[in-house]
Amino acid sequence: MSLKTISGLAAAAVLGLASQAAMAADTIKVGVLHSLSGTMAISETTLKDTMLMLIDEQNKKGGILGKKLEAVVVDPASNWPLFAEKTRELISKNKVDVIFGCWTSVSRKSVLPVIEELNGLLFYPVQYEGEESSKNVFYTGAAPNQQAIPAVDYLMNEIGVKRWVLAGTDYVYPRTTNKILEAYLKAKGVADKDIMINYTPFGHSDWQSIVSDVKKFGSEGKKTAVVSTINGDANIPFYKELGNQGISSEDIPVIAFSVGEEELSGIDTAPLVGHLAAWNYFMSVESDENAAFIDAWHKYTKDDKRVSNDPMEAHYIGFNMWVKAVEKAGSTDTDKVADAIIGIKVPNLTGGTSTMLANHHITKPVLIGEIQDDGQFEVVWETDGLVAGDAWSDFLPDSKDLKADWVTLKCGNYNTKSKTCSGQNF
Amino acid sequence: MENRSFVMNLLANDNAARWFLSTLFMLGIVVPFCNLMVPQDSIFHVSSYTVTLLGKYLSYALLAIALDLVWGYCGILSLGHAAFFALGGYAMGMYLMRQIGDRGVYGNPDLPDFMVFLNWDTLPWYWQGFDMFWFAMLMALLVPAALAYVFGWLAFRSRVTGVYLSIITQALTFALLLAFFRNEMGFGGNNGLTDFKEILGFSLQSDTTRAGLFVFTVIFLALGYLVSRYVVSSKMGRVVVAIRDAEDRTRFVGYKVESFKLWIWVFSAMLAGIAGALYTPQVGIINPGEFSPLNSIELVVWVAVGGRGTLIGAVIGAVVVNFAKTFFTAAAPEVWLFFLGGLFIFVTIFMPNGIMGLVKGFSEKRAARLARQSPSEVRS
Amino acid sequence: MKNFITLMLVAIFSWLAVLPMTASANNVQFPTLLEGLKQKNFSKKAVVIDQLEITGDARVLKVFQHMIKGKLYYEKSELVRFVFVEKNESGFAITNVLNDEPLGSVGKREVKKVKVNNKLRGKLRLAIAKLSLNHPDVNLRRDAVRLMFKNIDAAAVQLLTARLTVEAKDKVRDTIEVGIALFDLESIDKQVKLKSIEILGDSLEPAARAALLPLVAKDDTNDYLLQDRDVLTAAIKAVARIDAKLKYNNWAETIYFGLSLGSVLLLAAIGLAITFGVMGVINMAHGELIMIGAYTTYVVQLLMPDHIEYSLLVAIPSAFLMAGLIGIAIERGVIRFLYGRPLETLLATFGISLILQQLVRTVFSPLNRSVETPQWMSGAFEINSALALTYSRFYIIIFSLLVFAALLMILKKTSLGLHVRAVSQNRAMARAMGIRSGWVDAMTFGLGSGIAGIAGVALSQLTNVGPNMGQAYIIDSFMVVVFGGVGNLWGTLVAAMSLGVINKVLEPWAGAVLAKIIVLIFIILFIQKKPRGLFPQRGRAAEH
Repeated sequence: MSLKTISGLAAAAVLGLASQAAMAADTIKVGVLHSLSGTMAISETTLKDTMLMLIDEQNKKGGILGKKLEAVVVDPASNWPLFAEKTRELISKNKVDVIFGCWTSVSRKSVLPVIEELNGLLFYPVQYEGEESSKNVFYTGAAPNQQAIPAVDYLMNEIGVKRWVLAGTDYVYPRTTNKILEAYLKAKGVADKDIMINYTPFGHSDWQSIVSDVKKFGSEGKKTAVVSTINGDANIPFYKELGNQGISSEDIPVIAFSVGEEELSGIDTAPLVGHLAAWNYFMSVESDENAAFIDAWHKYTKDDKRVSNDPMEAHYIGFNMWVKAVEKAGSTDTDKVADAIIGIKVPNLTGGTSTMLANHHITKPVLIGEIQDDGQFEVVWETDGLVAGDAWSDFLPDSKDLKADWVTLKCGNYNTKSKTCSGQNF
Repeated sequence: MENRSFVMNLLANDNAARWFLSTLFMLGIVVPFCNLMVPQDSIFHVSSYTVTLLGKYLSYALLAIALDLVWGYCGILSLGHAAFFALGGYAMGMYLMRQIGDRGVYGNPDLPDFMVFLNWDTLPWYWQGFDMFWFAMLMALLVPAALAYVFGWLAFRSRVTGVYLSIITQALTFALLLAFFRNEMGFGGNNGLTDFKEILGFSLQSDTTRAGLFVFTVIFLALGYLVSRYVVSSKMGRVVVAIRDAEDRTRFVGYKVESFKLWIWVFSAMLAGIAGALYTPQVGIINPGEFSPLNSIELVVWVAVGGRGTLIGAVIGAVVVNFAKTFFTAAAPEVWLFFLGGLFIFVTIFMPNGIMGLVKGFSEKRAARLARQSPSEVRS
Repeated sequence: MKNFITLMLVAIFSWLAVLPMTASANNVQFPTLLEGLKQKNFSKKAVVIDQLEITGDARVLKVFQHMIKGKLYYEKSELVRFVFVEKNESGFAITNVLNDEPLGSVGKREVKKVKVNNKLRGKLRLAIAKLSLNHPDVNLRRDAVRLMFKNIDAAAVQLLTARLTVEAKDKVRDTIEVGIALFDLESIDKQVKLKSIEILGDSLEPAARAALLPLVAKDDTNDYLLQDRDVLTAAIKAVARIDAKLKYNNWAETIYFGLSLGSVLLLAAIGLAITFGVMGVINMAHGELIMIGAYTTYVVQLLMPDHIEYSLLVAIPSAFLMAGLIGIAIERGVIRFLYGRPLETLLATFGISLILQQLVRTVFSPLNRSVETPQWMSGAFEINSALALTYSRFYIIIFSLLVFAALLMILKKTSLGLHVRAVSQNRAMARAMGIRSGWVDAMTFGLGSGIAGIAGVALSQLTNVGPNMGQAYIIDSFMVVVFGGVGNLWGTLVAAMSLGVINKVLEPWAGAVLAKIIVLIFIILFIQKKPRGLFPQRGRAAEH
């Protein structure tokens, strides 16, 4: 029996030893770190498929630098510490050259110390709260100034909204976004009593009371809108309740930052027609790149009903930027690629060109879309040009002095007042 | 326990325990050595990835021992033990957050980053003192102990037993999960505590610190095992087993069942707290997910897989199941849940006494000798 | 005849209100104006809508109605006729807008939709309202009046006054009076103003209260802004009258919300009350059986896409069978080896729940599936102008009680029920009496699982249908069963309803999260007081 005891423990130790067997670098390895099980699988599985498709296409074009790309897929199972562990596994055991992954802020925060310690590369494709710029992370999703602020501008100027409900799931992205929006609205002269803020837990399913409150809040005469940072799963019961309680998009429009084509594909959209979403990409955008991308996606998944969405576009942009940077640097070395990628321009799917900025964010257009009865969005407004992603919000008292610049300042959070750079893990 | 002969006495007839402790001892020496001294390209090199992974397994193993004490030996099936683990983890996390000092992204000397961006001006009272290591460690023990004491005092006194007890422990951890999710609580909400820099002045990014943490985990696991081993083989341990097998009879014989239960319950919570405090610096993040009722259920599964009512079984279960998880999530990411689910069903039907039960079956003689300790059916 | 006169009157008034035009001009103008809808620019389209509205052409209403539903298209071919479309198998069945002549079927790509946005939708709805004040449906008529509240002007008041003279239904008359009062509130004649305040104070229409609020507004020093004391006093009284009524409304609403949440908890827990409560199996796969029921609903709707209205009626028995069969398979395959070891059933069923989740992920994809809500379950039933109870919730409350009653009957009145109770009370004795305990176990577990499946059908109407949906209900279900007392169905009913109501009463002042925490702590403390739940089982069966 004691043999058994040992073998159990020894097996664990051997895992490490065996993995050390040298792996020849005849391929370029791309880590894909998206949850395939657990609560986030709903959103993240699609991104894994997107990455596999992009890698596949690149290989058909002959790979990069004459080498084929090889995808290494792992399942962090929506478990945040597991994200850190899997990152370490990808970099130190599988020796990947770059990682595309994460969805939630907490998973990114969990990965951050590891990726900085091991000097890896992470492309993060989801809209997020900002307030971060790491040497090793490239943020291809929207920062708050690329989604939330233009959305509020649209409601205020085009729709004439005077009263605001900021509803969100209780975690860091809605908290920060709502803080920024609150400061922004107040700066625009909106009174305290015209802003209602509400937080709910993840997966909240009973919206009766809250929707009823919103209805009462909106019935006091002024035009009211809901700015929703409600996360994934909780959205469907929320919209169903809106429909049931007879709140139409003309009375109280809801503008969402986390509801895209994919979320809508799981829901009967008839009662939602006219509600809004702000993104940097919609599947319905008409451009040659987008048509080609959607065709490829349908072909790859062998399902011509599969939708595309904004984080997929972010991976598309991020991947192409990385490919160009590797080609420019002539190597997959982290530091070389990180230097080469700044200023790289690649076409995005909405007909424009996105550029990687010195703060590791990118330029994107901001689009406002209305939900249609087929689950697609109809673009009703867009920004004139591209908006540059801002790592540190100008509307939060503690972050307005901070600046991220990896070219001249070599710092992700440089304090322009005290002229210091703090909080770096290297 | 420092007394050598005492330890030897304790383990006099227990080959398994001796093997287990020697294995731990070997691990504690070999792993750090192969990590730090053996060159990277050698086949004997153990990567830092493996060190933290093993460290995590061993903290889980200590947690499994804690659960086994109350479940395997006292018959209290706790579906909320991860709560004590998480509280210990949070105490350590709070210390590590305070150690960051002004190296946070906002450069605030007192407040952690998440408080700065939520516009808090002062540190909440319950964060005071956590800049001192000894205080934080004391809290890692006392907070779980206090919670366990209050909860146990209420529950055992009113004779809540069986599934009722299991379900309210689940309610407890679920309530804590929801509470820690709330950003107003001041524990970082869903993101929890992360981006730690150093512990006692040692950088958490360095391999030496990690190896050190691993050695500490090994030491605490060995100590935890020894103390638990002592507890279960003492007179008190035998009363506790009696409570498991026939609570009413034990009571009628004149033992104060409630006190015994409460004692072992609080002790177990403290062990879980230590495990949590060891876990946090090694995985680098602590967040409310640790309170999830599913985690507690998984913990029960580890102990069952290893064989409950045997402390070594708990350790083996924790390591084996977690190793399987690590392996399958990488090797078969799409289907690993089938394997894991299948494993649980297989174990419950074909290996009712877990791996240890299976091992025992090999030797008739040993089985006969161990029969006294083997778990009889736990009634609900 | 009466209707005809009304129609004439309305038509005349609407012409008076705007530009009078001759009928012959309309015939020419209507098709030309329609052309304007092809423009991409929404504000230009808005102008066209205004122009269409004032033509007074009889076809305008139908055009607007189809436009708002997204059923107004135009052909891409050189004919470029405007058409109304209805979906059919091959694409669209189209009808000519100008003369209602059916034009057969076309493919989806041959026609182009006239797109609308929110602003246009609002405009269209108001225009439709004005044109449908004479609709035969009372509720539609009243909704039309309500829509006019937002921009009530002299022209609108003229329309309303005209309607008032012929309107027979009280509830429409009241609404029209509120509308007119809203206009009169701005009057310079003090008597008219006071009268309108009086009328508004009697109405629960949100618009009435919203119109009164500015009158009682205060400045920074907490003094009323309004100088005219008479008007002020009247307004204060009117608002107080409304608020007093709203208070009752709020309570009624909270209780309804609570019962509705309770019914969801009841549905989720009631299957568990059998598998866990009666059989003692700690069934962690219970949530996944609910999920199976919901996916069955999805599949049923896939199979009968043209009969969504009846799909739920088919889904209920299918879900019962599907989940029930899986339940029987679980019982025969796994659980029967574990009787007498209840805590181990927890481990095995936890494994099963992982497998079922992953199975669904593999078969159906990890994405949520869309389950449609039949027409009869959408919308709300209006008690008064400020209180409406949603139909879907209402049906689910009724449904949960029906399921409960049916289950109670099965257990009390059928021989299966008798055997179930016998086996659960004393297995050995029951076997000695010749009961095939294995068969009874399988049937009982199948029954509990089948009911979980039925719960899934109901829940699919309220929330996500995805691989994780079961996880959301499992903990709540256990809480309900334990709180009510294991093995007692009535306990489950009372527990579910009271937890639902407590939660909803707490929610307004504590917030959703804190309310849930308080309820959990309440359960923990309650179990200390009554260690066997609300309705403990008595006698020998209670001994473990």
